[in-house]
Amino acid sequence: MEKTAILILIPFIAALTQLFVPRKYGKRFAVGASLLTFIVALVTFCGFPSSGDYQYVTNVTWIQSLGINFHVGMDGISMLLVLLTTFLVPLIVLSVVQSETRTPVFYSLILFMEFALIGVFTSLDGFLFYVFWELALIPIYFICLLWGGERRASVTLKFFIYTLAGSLFMLVGLVFLYLHTPGSHTFDIDALYKAGRALDLRSQVYLFIFFFLAFGIKMPVFPLHTWQPDTYTEAPTQGTMLLSGIMLKMGIYGVIRWILPVLPLGIAQCGSYVMWLAIIGVIYASIIAITRSDIKRLIAYSSIAHVGIIAAGIFFVSSENGLNINGVQGAMLQMLAHGVNVVGLFFIVDIIQRRTNTRKIASLGGLRLKAPFFATAFIILTLGAVALPLTDGFVGEFLLINSIYMFNPIMAVLGGLTIILGAVYMLRMYQRVVLGEPSVETENFFDLTLNEKAVLIPLLIMVILIGVCPNIFLKVSEPAVRKLLTGF
Amino acid sequence: MVTLIILSALGILTLFAQVLRFKKALFPLILVGLATALYFTLPQYNNNPSTWFSSMLGFDNYSAAFSRSIIVIAFLWFMMARNYFLQETSGTDHFALIIFSMVGAISMVSYSNLTMLFLGIEILSLSVYVLAASDKGNILSNEAGFKYFLMGSFATGFLLFGIALIYGVSGSFDLHTIRTSVATHQQPTMVLMGILLLLVGLCFKASLAPFHFWAPDVYDGAPTPVTAYMATVVKTAAFGAFFRLFYTCFPDLIEQWSNVLWWIVALTLFIANITAVRQTSVKRMLAYSSIAHAGYLAIAIVSMNGDASARSILYYTLSYSISTIAAFTVLYIVSRNSGRDDFGAFEGLAKTNPFLSFVMVVAMLSLAGIPPTAGFFGKYYIFQNAITTHNTGLVIVAVLGALVGVFYYFRVIIAVYFKPEQSNIPVTVGSLHQVVLFITTLLTLLLGIFPDWVLQWI
Repeated sequence: MEKTAILILIPFIAALTQLFVPRKYGKRFAVGASLLTFIVALVTFCGFPSSGDYQYVTNVTWIQSLGINFHVGMDGISMLLVLLTTFLVPLIVLSVVQSETRTPVFYSLILFMEFALIGVFTSLDGFLFYVFWELALIPIYFICLLWGGERRASVTLKFFIYTLAGSLFMLVGLVFLYLHTPGSHTFDIDALYKAGRALDLRSQVYLFIFFFLAFGIKMPVFPLHTWQPDTYTEAPTQGTMLLSGIMLKMGIYGVIRWILPVLPLGIAQCGSYVMWLAIIGVIYASIIAITRSDIKRLIAYSSIAHVGIIAAGIFFVSSENGLNINGVQGAMLQMLAHGVNVVGLFFIVDIIQRRTNTRKIASLGGLRLKAPFFATAFIILTLGAVALPLTDGFVGEFLLINSIYMFNPIMAVLGGLTIILGAVYMLRMYQRVVLGEPSVETENFFDLTLNEKAVLIPLLIMVILIGVCPNIFLKVSEPAVRKLLTGF
Repeated sequence: MVTLIILSALGILTLFAQVLRFKKALFPLILVGLATALYFTLPQYNNNPSTWFSSMLGFDNYSAAFSRSIIVIAFLWFMMARNYFLQETSGTDHFALIIFSMVGAISMVSYSNLTMLFLGIEILSLSVYVLAASDKGNILSNEAGFKYFLMGSFATGFLLFGIALIYGVSGSFDLHTIRTSVATHQQPTMVLMGILLLLVGLCFKASLAPFHFWAPDVYDGAPTPVTAYMATVVKTAAFGAFFRLFYTCFPDLIEQWSNVLWWIVALTLFIANITAVRQTSVKRMLAYSSIAHAGYLAIAIVSMNGDASARSILYYTLSYSISTIAAFTVLYIVSRNSGRDDFGAFEGLAKTNPFLSFVMVVAMLSLAGIPPTAGFFGKYYIFQNAITTHNTGLVIVAVLGALVGVFYYFRVIIAVYFKPEQSNIPVTVGSLHQVVLFITTLLTLLLGIFPDWVLQWI
């Protein structure tokens, strides 16, 4: 069996087996299964050929009468996202604090989520892609509904209906593309690409709107973001990590895989509007983040700001040669960086909340004196999030802003504000939470436990690794990005 | 044909169970009878339909597929309803009525003559009128039966009018003769009036707005197992008949009648979904949801796309019926246990009976059309055909309807996982019900993953 199929199957089988694992061993089993997936992904990553073609392809007929196949494989773009997913899931599982309520179902849902996410990132068939796309929504919905905060019922329902609305429009778009493939129609990705490129401007604009609704809601891009802060806040920590660390990347991946190569005219027509929306979102979210007093909410808004820059960077089509390799490469790197940073930061929030029972900035302070190791981890992640050179955020953000600059310098300046504003709210939060004198709530704050170190140290290593040698990752995705943008 | 004979014989045999004192063996006998009938629907006819009774009935792949689907659903339904009927009613005559109504249902999907369509509808309806009123002590059940009867007769009137006009134009009840003569006829007004009246009659039966007013009260008032039967077998037969008529007789005039049906569908989707949101009783919510599903199904008739549309209706009715049986079974168990059928009755179910709650979640996901359940592929296939035939506008309406649908189906899921106000009594599930729930859940997932199993029937 090819490696892609193995990568999809391991979490799926593990998710089913998990249900029969005794409660005591639930966490260990889930960590083991997800680590195994990571090792397979890592081995694949190390031996990944430098070619833009799909590797490790499995193509089995699924629904014959409709030309639907179980067609999975990876190019460099998929590889990086699969690597990110498989890297983060073991850490997310590890970050769970064992308790009565964390039943095997909880771990099973996380593994099921991993299965669906890997499926999304490796599908080479439009229908399969849609099915995995929706499948990813079910476990996260139940994770949030069953283990979320006070207002979970209404918040998660809003989240579900919001994202489903986008997805259904995407489905209509996919069917439209499918009906423009020759012969008895097929959902094969290359055929859909061809069909999309051959469409006239009007159809491309409609399709662009349909697809963008799905991806824009998932990311989320202003003004489609209204579900996000509430959902991030109400979800349990692991749910927030999955949502922000990986699920958000589905939206960006969707744009790269299903809009950029399919609808060149549509992007030329509408891309600039989306870029403006994204830039507005960046500034809007940053300003709101500055005013937040709840750290979880603050990071949720910072996530909107970061995604806004990515969205702005990829929608740009250069007028000279039609290539935006820097922008897409920047997006790839920024996806990895954002995944690592945001998962780390939400874990930091979780640690603070568990020890002090509060997330209010005002009631925290002086953690540096109480927990030096914690403070160090926190500052590294914060610096990564504000894109300091040599941390992971820098290179990606640089490439993205560079690409925006080529489109419109003013927009690049506005987008560049994200770094400055980011520094304002992140460093201010850090200063108030970690520095200063201990408050009543932080009186008994203790340093990281072994388990918490095991989660944070790999993340910190990644922050530095991506920052110092981004090329390890960029060189894997480059041929694929080039091929995607130049056509075939 | 053999299927029809076996079912008729089984019905008569069932009537005698009380007199001949083999009531204990009755239930296994019915299941065996249904399985045998199912076996005789298996042969493929391809392009050689076998006709019976001077072409009154014509069996082809279409009718075989729908008969198969009807019998499978009825089989599951019998397992669901056994306890209710044997414990709370005399059993035999009610079972006989159900089997007779199945005879009507199978005629409705196999007719090749308008008289046979009329007979099939009447055989089916008369049995169900009685069953709807079968809870004699309950005034709501009586109301349901009476209302259903009045409205049903009214609809039959429309249907007969339509048949008469079409007969007046073509001089024949035979479907194929009608097709050739209406296409070339000089008096389009009469033809169109006939089609319109047939459409109204069938919309009544299929509970499409604005002819759906009877449905919520009847579904709500009838005993839950009977409601489940009306929402599944009767609906499958109604759509089987509806599609067969318009596909065989009037495809050449599609431009005329599809406009009317377009608005009927849009109205149905709008009214049913919006009204379902406001319901406090799960049973009534399911009643409105069944009207909404009729709306999705009718999209397949508007976007007539050859056999692909037939397949989409077959798949949709089957997947919808399976999930609906599961949902009604859970509802039946829960409401018997707590004596209520509002959303509150489901609170805390995840704690007291995880199996039931899992079944309910899968059923709701399927009815809402979320992959990987069968409900998703059903909707998908109908949408695909509609887009193929340039009915994208209707698909947008349906997509919005489906989103509203998620809202009310997920209310059940949320209730299931919420803590109850007071500690609930543990819910016990009989073994027969466990089997039904297991099979329906498994089928919902399997058919969703392997839709080809059903699609190749036609």
